[in-house]
Amino acid sequence: MKCEDVSKELIPYLDRRSNSADRHEVEEHLAICVACRTRAEELRTLWSVLDEVPIVEPSLGFDARMRARIAEEPQPRWFRWFVPQPRLAMAMALLLAVSVWITRLPQDNSGLPGSVQNEQQQFQVIKNLDVLENYDVLSKFDALDEVPADEQPAPQPDQQNDQQQQQE
Amino acid sequence: MTRSDVQLMLDVKAGDDASFDLLLQKYRRPLVNFLYRMVRDTATAEDLAQEVFLRVYRARKQYSPSAKFTTWLFRIATNLALNSVRDNRHRQKDVSIDAASSPDEDAAPMQLPAPEMRIDEHMIERDRADYIRKVISELPEKQRVAVLLHKYEEMDYAEIARILECSESALKSLLFRAYETLRVQLAPLVNASASRREGSQS
Ligand SMILES: [Zn+2]
Repeated sequence: MKCEDVSKELIPYLDRRSNSADRHEVEEHLAICVACRTRAEELRTLWSVLDEVPIVEPSLGFDARMRARIAEEPQPRWFRWFVPQPRLAMAMALLLAVSVWITRLPQDNSGLPGSVQNEQQQFQVIKNLDVLENYDVLSKFDALDEVPADEQPAPQPDQQNDQQQQQE
Repeated sequence: MTRSDVQLMLDVKAGDDASFDLLLQKYRRPLVNFLYRMVRDTATAEDLAQEVFLRVYRARKQYSPSAKFTTWLFRIATNLALNSVRDNRHRQKDVSIDAASSPDEDAAPMQLPAPEMRIDEHMIERDRADYIRKVISELPEKQRVAVLLHKYEEMDYAEIARILECSESALKSLLFRAYETLRVQLAPLVNASASRREGSQS
């Protein structure tokens, strides 16, 4: 190895971070060449001089500032995944109201004759299911799209009362 | 058991902000120091470090562990620091890292220390540190990044090469040239330090 080749391999040789196969060759050369040995010594000294630069500490408010900025970042809205559209939300609410109403019926009307009651019951259920399938009714909920979910009127209780009154 | 950086980042991706905090704790100090050595201003270094972490956080959903976390982190930091330095100099050149490897980079003017400043073993510690930082900051961009990552972050060649988007052999040349310049520029300190060591040995 010539001095020129050694000088380029000197840094990887000295820092021991390269696993190139030249280590042995560099060592052999350093054993016989004063100039390269001096250069190696100077590099080591240079590195110790560079170590004099002190570490700076991040300011005390660094983490708090960082956390505040992270908190400002928009978070993924997981709930949107469950309720993608107000129209669907309304349909689900209606379906829930209907199922609650069905479960309550037998208790409220236990005094009536069985067959008459069943026919009425079935008729009401079918009538209500029609509402869910009726596109015109559902499309009217579009007007509610811009109203936040918690301000939407809930028509279910009135509906339930009407139906119960009908039966009494 | 401690989770690897990659695992922490995958947890951040899955929505765990506490893991991001662990990465912040681990890397804010090396990052602020790296950036401070790049821009030589503590306030700017901290602003840039915040920006680096914010970019990492914003990119969490797209994160895939194709490289070491530190490679990614210091790549963002390097780009931001170089842009900041260039903006500061009111230059309007191409801002990619590769722009730094133009043939005239070795011809970059090296400023001499102020005449009233004595560069020798009697310099007080703070002045010595300031002077060393100044000499490093005057290295051509790519050499400067290479030295900072090699000397202070103690990264291996493969990682530094990936951050600088160059081959390992090109990196070795960069480091060789950078340390040659530093050896000449810091000769008074190096020689004083060497003679002090010889004195203590004999
Ligand atoms: Zn030699």
